[in-house]
Amino acid sequence: MNATITLATARRIMNQLRNDHRTVALMVLVPTLVIVLLYYVMDNQRAFAAWAPVLLCVFPFLVMFLVTSIATLRERTSGTLERLMASPLGQLDLLLGYGLAFGFMACLQVGVALAVSLTWLDLELAGSLWPLVLVALLNALLGTAMGLLCSAFARSEFQAVQFMPLVMFPQLLLGGILVPRDQMATVLEWISNVLPMSYAIEAMKLAAVSAELGGDFWRDVAVVSGSILLALGLGAATLRRRTP
Amino acid sequence: MMSLSQPAISVRDLRVTRGGREVLHGVSFEVPRGQITGVLGPSGCGKTTLIRAIVGVQVVAGGEVTVLGEPAGSPALRRSVGYSTQNPAIYRDLSVQENLRYFAAVLGAPAGDVDRVLAEVGLTGQRRQLGGTLSGGQLSRASLAVSLLGSPQLLLLDEPTVGLDPVLRKELWTLFQGLADRGVTVVVSSHVMDEAGRCQRLLVLRDGDLLADDSPQVLRDRTGTADLEEAFLRLIEERQAA
Repeated sequence: MNATITLATARRIMNQLRNDHRTVALMVLVPTLVIVLLYYVMDNQRAFAAWAPVLLCVFPFLVMFLVTSIATLRERTSGTLERLMASPLGQLDLLLGYGLAFGFMACLQVGVALAVSLTWLDLELAGSLWPLVLVALLNALLGTAMGLLCSAFARSEFQAVQFMPLVMFPQLLLGGILVPRDQMATVLEWISNVLPMSYAIEAMKLAAVSAELGGDFWRDVAVVSGSILLALGLGAATLRRRTP
Repeated sequence: MMSLSQPAISVRDLRVTRGGREVLHGVSFEVPRGQITGVLGPSGCGKTTLIRAIVGVQVVAGGEVTVLGEPAGSPALRRSVGYSTQNPAIYRDLSVQENLRYFAAVLGAPAGDVDRVLAEVGLTGQRRQLGGTLSGGQLSRASLAVSLLGSPQLLLLDEPTVGLDPVLRKELWTLFQGLADRGVTVVVSSHVMDEAGRCQRLLVLRDGDLLADDSPQVLRDRTGTADLEEAFLRLIEERQAA
């Protein structure tokens, strides 16, 4: 690992984004548009207050997962990854570079969505703002790490985008959004217990509804952080210096 | 490190399997320092695989590849070996200059290197253009420029002159010769035989076997023809007769 190379990589990815205005606009504005839509569809302040944190949780993960898996696949197919693997760059330099750049984008994304929700849409938070931002950021990093990992198993962009519903839907269905987790069939609850999104959603809900953050919140944060490290480690293992 | 008399590259009994098929069948040779060595042969003969094995990014089935006294792909070599892939490996959504600055930072090359390599490949005028808007020839020169960053002792260039006009090709060969004169070992793969005459040494590959490892003059003498294309055909006939 080398801090100069990691930062140069993050800067390079930010430059790529800067040259692609439409992608940046989509990344930053789409979550806000969906939240505004949700507000008018719900037409009910309480229901909106329950759903908004879920969207703030899901979007950073979803967007970063997609963007990272496509970006990594492009690095593989364009030969730039091979060039980097023949250079002094370490696998973690690349992963952390992506994490930094997309983490920054996630902050922008969540920042705009929160600003609109808290002002125009009158979303009321019981506690302070930072726990929401923290969880959203962790979700973005989780999405980045898992996108990287999944892209290793995709041979084409077509396959890569199909990983999105595969990774996303089970986590949403089992994450306690539609049915509380303790009311699920035992087997499903077990599966739910090992999916990181379950903890992320719980942490987001806790952050939105309670003024005091207890041990449950920090346990959830720890589980999500651990999942990020695990996915990053596995992702690094898929970046091979030598390929067949 | 190592003495100058030792070869830059030493390959012993290299075997590589790709997609269940053996594409290099026990190739052995040495590449002297400070010269241009050409790797020649028709497409599909194993040139790219051989270069990838020397860079150390190819999984090999057997044999030994030593580069500048170290096993191929060693961390110590990652700054001293410049590598340019056949397909231009640069970011299409970055400008030429942004690409070069990034790779210079990764290699720890001095800041002035970007201007130097831009001039060397003749892309100073296109420095602010996005990779995706470059022509094919400009794209491959941008990719070549990346491999010239830092001060590589060994340059491995996979078909660097494909799609370039004769003037540019001549300029690049002058650049390669200049690098070799400064002591850089240059390995260039090509399937164009008229480029072979510009190399000091030729490795002729066909179907994963080494047909010849000689200077162009020796090759001409051995096959009794002045034309290297003809010499290549005679080498194949010789092999088939044997």
